[in-house]
Amino acid sequence: MTTAALTWFARHEIRLAWREWLAMMTAGRRRRRRATIIGLLVFAALLHVPAYAIIGRYATLQAPLDTSALIILTATIFLAWTLMLSQAIESVTRVFYARADLDLIMSSPVALTHVFSVRLAAIALSVTAMAMLLATPFVDVLMFGGGFRWLAAYGVVVAIGLSAAAVAIAVTITLFRLIGPRRTRLVAQILAAIIGAGFVIALQVAAILSYGTLSRFAVLTSDTARAFAPDADSLIWWPARAALGDGEALLLMLACGLLLLGTVMAAFSGGFADTAVRASTGTASTRRNSHLAIFHSGSRQQALRRKEIMLLRRDPWLVSQSLMQLLYLVPPALLLWRSFSDSSVAIVLITPVIVMAAGQLAGGLGWLTISGEDAPDLVASGPLPPSRIIRAKIEVVLIVIGALFTPLVVALLFASPQQAAVTAVGVAVAAASATAIQLWFRAQARRSQFRRRQTSSRLATFAEAFSSIGWAATAALALVTPVAALVTGAMTAAILAATWKLSPRRD
Amino acid sequence: MASDQSALELRGLTKRFDRLAVDALDLTIRTGEFYALLGPNGAGKTTTLRMVAGLLRPDAGSVAIMGVDALKDPVAAKQITAWVSDEPMIYDKLTPLEYLEFIAGLWGIEPSVAEPSARELLTSLSLEANMHERCEGFSKGMRQKVALAGALVHGPRLIILDEPLTGLDAVSARHVKGLLGERVRSGCTVIMTTHILEVAERMADRIGVISSGRLVAEGTLAELRQQNGKNDTSLEDMFIALVDCEAAAA
Repeated sequence: MTTAALTWFARHEIRLAWREWLAMMTAGRRRRRRATIIGLLVFAALLHVPAYAIIGRYATLQAPLDTSALIILTATIFLAWTLMLSQAIESVTRVFYARADLDLIMSSPVALTHVFSVRLAAIALSVTAMAMLLATPFVDVLMFGGGFRWLAAYGVVVAIGLSAAAVAIAVTITLFRLIGPRRTRLVAQILAAIIGAGFVIALQVAAILSYGTLSRFAVLTSDTARAFAPDADSLIWWPARAALGDGEALLLMLACGLLLLGTVMAAFSGGFADTAVRASTGTASTRRNSHLAIFHSGSRQQALRRKEIMLLRRDPWLVSQSLMQLLYLVPPALLLWRSFSDSSVAIVLITPVIVMAAGQLAGGLGWLTISGEDAPDLVASGPLPPSRIIRAKIEVVLIVIGALFTPLVVALLFASPQQAAVTAVGVAVAAASATAIQLWFRAQARRSQFRRRQTSSRLATFAEAFSSIGWAATAALALVTPVAALVTGAMTAAILAATWKLSPRRD
Repeated sequence: MASDQSALELRGLTKRFDRLAVDALDLTIRTGEFYALLGPNGAGKTTTLRMVAGLLRPDAGSVAIMGVDALKDPVAAKQITAWVSDEPMIYDKLTPLEYLEFIAGLWGIEPSVAEPSARELLTSLSLEANMHERCEGFSKGMRQKVALAGALVHGPRLIILDEPLTGLDAVSARHVKGLLGERVRSGCTVIMTTHILEVAERMADRIGVISSGRLVAEGTLAELRQQNGKNDTSLEDMFIALVDCEAAAA
């Protein structure tokens, strides 16, 4: 393959990636493009406000930094890297399972190693581009407050983007070879969820265990962290130095990122085709259940519920999301455990976290069961009125939420029966509200289209988020100042009423 | 063997989308009959069958399945009907046996009846070795066979098939045709759309040709030949002549 042909293929890959992203943002509707672009620009502009609040005070930082500042800056860069790695694993997995052009590429008269090297590079580019977009408000804030030297931060983003993509490709392909395509899909999604949330949660857990606070900065600025920190000229601080405008450190980071990606491309592009073909056919490691399926007796609704629960249990997205929700519950649960003995008011914090998690999870579950039906004709042609089909699906959402959150409420019961009662009501109301929103905005789709659910109706997405936040705040206030809870409760109910009013007409 | 009792009776069935898809269609299919509904793309075949299966509500007209008014009592009508679309809609994360278990449960079939029937169906469709594998890695033909087994597992009296042989290899197509033939011999009624005219010619007791939402010809192969005035002509030639004639009239 000539250099010109490689460039042409790279352009083709970038165009595909751009169109996939655009389709995801606009839910495949061309008319939404302008509105989406305007929305994104407004969002990017608004993002400068929290960016200023978070890192505005660090804009005047100058090298050499003291150890605490070096630790915080390095930890922030590492956090960004873990988030990029999480995103990159998700992207690589998606490329393996979703691309339909493998036959065309493999039957074309080109060297597959070259073609797939370009494809791997395109993955790295798209991950880095997304990171650059998200980093822009933060770098802007630093630049406005501290000068153009902060432009070097973009270089750091590129370097860590390249290395995150390289690690993601290596991890995913290794997983393919070790555990086969079907398990890789599940494991990769779980890995992405754990890596994305893991670092922040680990810092919070350490802060709770050591200092009784949820603030992760408590660990980073502690004497212990300073005592264990390496010398100022250590390689560990080079990313922080690069971000501050140290040209030598920045060049080294970029060179390392490129070298890592180049090595991964050289090592894996040859086998990429085989891996991708195995993933797309999915036959190589099809698991055979050793036990025989048993036909159950029961009502028609029970048959529907059984089917939905079985599909939810086997849904990789749901497994990874549930795991992430549970991970996010670890810090407040630890806080609960610590506060139990000294009756600290910090225990109140756990209620909004649980209520919020229940609302969010119910929204996802609601979409999967109500809208994400892979055999709509089959279910519709069954001898069951539509109302009973919907009811069975709603019951499944509530059963799963109940099964996941009842143990937490029961644990809370031992600490404070009143808080347990408020939490239980909050979970029920938040889950019911999120499910109702999914019901009002239901639109037939395949389960595999889950990633697009949040763009199919912006109104439903925002309503679901505001409803969960509103009920979480109401539950927290009900424990502290019940009168205020009446106000937030009424506001959340009003949001739901307005959402229902604006929802598409239903028979 | 077909009896005089009607399994399906459509009267004045009408459906309009952007244009008229089905135009006051009258159609009667007798119990135990294998009926092939032919027509060019966009003729209204699938829309008609979707209305019969209760997946689309007609704008006007009536649908009676084994004497049950499908519009007034859709649940009773669906209980005795099965629908298979050209795009097999199955659950990737279920095994064929789990899929059939779900359908048997949805139709309220006793497990003691459903389980042996499901295994027998999967075996007769050469899916015995795959019955415990999830459907996600299946070819289109295998998926179509699973969907077909799903349609038969609850013992329907009327089977509606929209292009059921699409994607099947020759051996699988023969299995499916054999299975459908058996069902018809046991008193079941089958209505099927197909673009493979040879299948209609060989299997169907009667053939209906639909064009622009209207039935333009109907009868046994011999009757159609008689209507056409040529005793040695093939169904393909007759079909093309009828469709061309309708297109010219339109």
